[in-house]
Amino acid sequence: MSLKIVVLAKQVPDTRNVGKDAMTAEGTVNRAALPAIFNPEDLNALEQALRIKDKEPDTFVGVLTMGPPRAGEIIREGLYRGADTGWLLTDRLFAGADTLATSYALATAIKKIGDVDLVIGGRQAIDGDTAQVGPQVAQKLGLNQVTYAEEIVNIEGGKATIRRMIDGGVEVVEAPLPLVVTVNGSAAECRPQNAKLVMKYKYAACPLEVAEGDQRKGLREQRPELTLTQWSVADVEGDAAQCGMSGSPTKVKEVQSIAFQAKESKTLTASDADIDGLVKELLNDKIIG
Amino acid sequence: MKNNVFVYVELEGSEVREVSQELLTKGRKLANELGVELHAVAIGSGIKGKVESQVLPYGVDKLYVFDGEGLFPYTSAPHTDIVVNLFREEQPQVCLMGATVIGRDLGPRVSSSLTSGLTADCTQLEIGPYEDKKSGKTYSQLLYQIRPAFGGNIVATIVNPDHRPQMATVRSGVMQKAVYEGECRKEVVYPEVSQYVSAEAFAVKVLDHHVEAARHNLKGAAIVVAGGYGVGSKEGFDSLFELAHVLHGEVGGSRAAVDAGWIEADRQIGQTGVTVHPKVYIACGISGQIQHIAGMQDSGIIISINTDPEAPINKVADYVITGSVEEVVPKLIKYYKQNSR
Repeated sequence: MSLKIVVLAKQVPDTRNVGKDAMTAEGTVNRAALPAIFNPEDLNALEQALRIKDKEPDTFVGVLTMGPPRAGEIIREGLYRGADTGWLLTDRLFAGADTLATSYALATAIKKIGDVDLVIGGRQAIDGDTAQVGPQVAQKLGLNQVTYAEEIVNIEGGKATIRRMIDGGVEVVEAPLPLVVTVNGSAAECRPQNAKLVMKYKYAACPLEVAEGDQRKGLREQRPELTLTQWSVADVEGDAAQCGMSGSPTKVKEVQSIAFQAKESKTLTASDADIDGLVKELLNDKIIG
Repeated sequence: MKNNVFVYVELEGSEVREVSQELLTKGRKLANELGVELHAVAIGSGIKGKVESQVLPYGVDKLYVFDGEGLFPYTSAPHTDIVVNLFREEQPQVCLMGATVIGRDLGPRVSSSLTSGLTADCTQLEIGPYEDKKSGKTYSQLLYQIRPAFGGNIVATIVNPDHRPQMATVRSGVMQKAVYEGECRKEVVYPEVSQYVSAEAFAVKVLDHHVEAARHNLKGAAIVVAGGYGVGSKEGFDSLFELAHVLHGEVGGSRAAVDAGWIEADRQIGQTGVTVHPKVYIACGISGQIQHIAGMQDSGIIISINTDPEAPINKVADYVITGSVEEVVPKLIKYYKQNSR
């Protein structure tokens, strides 16, 4: 049984570590101040794919991402951790996509890749927290979906057995391949980068990442695996009207940085007298019983 | 009549989830503002005669009950087929779902099928005008889908000008449920399930479905003691649990504390967790990222304990105690015990 697995990954600004300089004075997001990382739950997804490959070594695992040329970074990271290849969807026509236009682009690329048995992505990306792209890709491909997966327990006879978290509980489901699975952040952590693979793929790059007069040109000519696949809308035979801003039903009406109504607050110290006084005040006012 | 407001009613067995009743309450208000009807759709097995009384009191004009084998436990494809085919007939203008595991599985699938826009985890829903600056086209009554974005650092208002339905998911506890006092039709229909779902839709089998009763009532607690990164460790939460215990409250945590593994994920307070409205909110070592404040700002009295007098949460606090959680929380317990006798 050799499976072909596509891992959906997104390069995201690290919104978990937002410092004071993350917002500009005008109240917009200062992307440059946030490091770009492999979306954490997509790493959990990659791990599930690599575990299948551990059991069945002829399994093929590729990382599919959409973004600007620098998103090639996360394909390299995927290779360092054990993926076989990657594809970067990059084109100005993809820019400004909401989840629906994103899923259209990804689904079109997955069709181009062809004969995919399993598409695995993180449950959601930390810059949007929508959890919409996985199910929308599944719908566009006409495939079944299993979301909120904790573990792909087994794959046998064309069926996957998956343990998933639901509100207040756990479920075990059985679903036929081909299938789209989204994986939770609480699933098994991704294995670290492998030093040998880092050496092997250090100079892998998408054509658009490579600057004019790059010194590794000769090396890349000798070793074709160092040139990563890069696709435009035309390369995947996509309909430009369904991509990017024009393919997005949702529009952002306005964006505000939030200023909460500041309250007049009483300031206290940690002294016994202050705490004692506060507790008495709350009891007297019947705020606490 | 078409163009109504629809709410997808989520079920565990034949019990309607509270989040759906909260959304029906909000949906009723939106329908009144738009001058249309509120419709609800409930899908499950053996639910006829059991769900109606849990849905209709919230101001529903028409309830569609789809009762058939294999519709519980929820799986994506059959529920998607029913909702999509019903929406093709009824052409609603607004559709609301819970931002639950089910709603976040079903919503995107439905929106992709109908090529309509969907906004996840909205914290406010309003009706208002919109002008598309590019085309110059104006719209008088669109659904404003308001949600924190970008890790909660900004709030975005999203609209879906040209696609219907305008879809939104909302987390449990964000809206408040209330039985509707006004007039409504309360019609119930039981469509034939097989007309809406094909046999192939039942390809995914649920082998085991296990749901436990909630371990806590954080959402409904009158007093919430919440801990953040400033609590320092998992053990540090012990004193928070003790304080919550003596005050008869519940313990919650910020995303940072949950990510650090100090407290269970189902106790996370904030836009991507639980929204709480307690009488008293005691924030212990929480700096107050906007996504957290969005989940607790409607609390009655807010007490912030933080070593940093400039912590953002202090702005929304009624009492600011400058000090460490380690020092202050045991004192709160001590003086509460002393003074409450």
